[in-house]
Amino acid sequence: MNYLDFEEPLRQLTEERERMAELAASTGISAADTLQSIDEKIEQLTRDIYSQLTAWQKVQVSRHPDRPYVLAYMTALSEGSFIELHGDRGVKDDKAMVGGLGMVEGQPVMFVGQQKGINAKMRMIRRFGMANPEGYRKALRLMRLAEKFNIPVCCLIDTPGAYPGLEAEERGQGEAIARNIYEMFGLRVPIVVFIIGEGASGGALGIGVGDRVYMLQYTWYSVISPESCSSILWRSWDFKEKAAEALKLTADDMLALGLVDGVVPEPLGGAHRKPEEAFAQVKKTLLEALQDLRRIKPEKLVAQRREKFLKMAVYLEK
Amino acid sequence: MSWFKRQKSGILTSTEEKKETPEGLWHKCSRCKYICLSEEHAANLWVCPECQFHDRIGSAQYFKILFDDNKYTVIAPNLQSADPLNFKDTKPYKDRLRQAMESTGLKDAMEAAYGKLSGKPVTIACMDFEFIGGSMGSVVGEKIVRSVDHCLRYKKPLIIISKSGGARMMEAPFSLMQMARTSAKLKELAEKHIPYISVLTNPTTGGVTASFAMLGDLNIAEPEALIGFAGPRVVKETIKRDLPEGFQTSEFVLETGFLDKIVPRKQLKPFLHEVLTMLTANVK
Repeated sequence: MNYLDFEEPLRQLTEERERMAELAASTGISAADTLQSIDEKIEQLTRDIYSQLTAWQKVQVSRHPDRPYVLAYMTALSEGSFIELHGDRGVKDDKAMVGGLGMVEGQPVMFVGQQKGINAKMRMIRRFGMANPEGYRKALRLMRLAEKFNIPVCCLIDTPGAYPGLEAEERGQGEAIARNIYEMFGLRVPIVVFIIGEGASGGALGIGVGDRVYMLQYTWYSVISPESCSSILWRSWDFKEKAAEALKLTADDMLALGLVDGVVPEPLGGAHRKPEEAFAQVKKTLLEALQDLRRIKPEKLVAQRREKFLKMAVYLEK
Repeated sequence: MSWFKRQKSGILTSTEEKKETPEGLWHKCSRCKYICLSEEHAANLWVCPECQFHDRIGSAQYFKILFDDNKYTVIAPNLQSADPLNFKDTKPYKDRLRQAMESTGLKDAMEAAYGKLSGKPVTIACMDFEFIGGSMGSVVGEKIVRSVDHCLRYKKPLIIISKSGGARMMEAPFSLMQMARTSAKLKELAEKHIPYISVLTNPTTGGVTASFAMLGDLNIAEPEALIGFAGPRVVKETIKRDLPEGFQTSEFVLETGFLDKIVPRKQLKPFLHEVLTMLTANVK
């Protein structure tokens, strides 16, 4: 288990518990009571820490290295029936964007989402979840496939942004994202979006147009990362905490601003503490959303989707 | 001999005899340093007569170039930012807005208007880079939404002239959602078979490139404009080597397949008229 800087007291307590457990095992003396009281302390401490996380700390949790990534959700939600589908039929198979079909409680769902690597090697191959244009085009191909066979789409977002590389520019990163957003406003099947980790900028929105958009409790979604915002507006990397507050990027902020439809609760201490609980919550939310959305005729569904996003502006007119 | 010694000290020209050179009478090309009369430069549509460098100009100039007799009606002239996040970095967003309004005389980074282009009714929305880097917030989004609504009502073609550093960070999530709003609205326009021509000018980057600027029925650009999603500095940091010459210029983007044509400013009006005539000829 990795601990974040603000979890230091938690780390100490957990290590103490481990030492105690080892000692008990080696000496044969029962320490059940002591261990139980430490467990209670750990839970209380976690509750205390997590009940008052700052915006920046939530950003840190969203990037926790033990956090479940997109493929883990796809596999868990479809109870192992997930079939990954590859390629954009144009250039190549982008490893930062994954997708495929799975059965969720007896109904097929087309999944797409950005996958971060689970170890050092895979992180490089998957470019830390930053998709290339062919990734966005793969996602669009799969969404159109879903539309053809009347299968709902579930987008799982976890990206620090679209990949800002040379080849990405050559192959039209801007056009790829624009095209996805545009086409998603015409897709005649339900689209349910979850931000399960990081939701950065156009790289997130490129698969983020949904009839329902949910954020997990400790995730963030904005036009820019707090670090980049700090570097541009404060001209220094040292104001990320301030930037995180100012950007209003947490799930609660986004819900209050009316830009997402709901916040999916995470297990105590974040999704990585009890991934199964996180998967179950997402699955429950997905099934409820689909039950509502499947009743709506395609024309109305598309019209409502557009209306919902068209309201997302604040301006004065005088 | 005192060849180099001053015989008389001080400035000897009397104030009455001094020749006044009014500010801005001459224009010096920022690229080739060619000097011409500002009047001549403006008559050449703010393009250097020597090296054809296209100077950055604003919405008022584009309207003058494109609308017949410079006659047009402005759409939603009173929109302005509401600072929904009460944003403050090194200074409050409200102060930045006020300063930008004072220095530019504009209300935000986009102006929209309808009028006639060589006799053909059109709607033109044009960005102003001088207003906070031509960044896109709720007002830019709303101007596009209103322009599309106008086009839908009167079946008029839409032209958007882009010129933007990208998102308006001070409106963070709302800025992001303008990418969705503008794209949703353009989808509606496309379904009614009304043409939309996107004109990309220097520079067009970030969220603007990743939404309405790349969604034209035709995407055209002025010569040598910077066009990209990520800015050149970010790309350079990512790949950790120098960028190839001409990377992310209009010519590069044409070559990689994301532009239909590069149109010099002087040909912009006749070009738009010609393609719009052809595109609309067989649509009822």
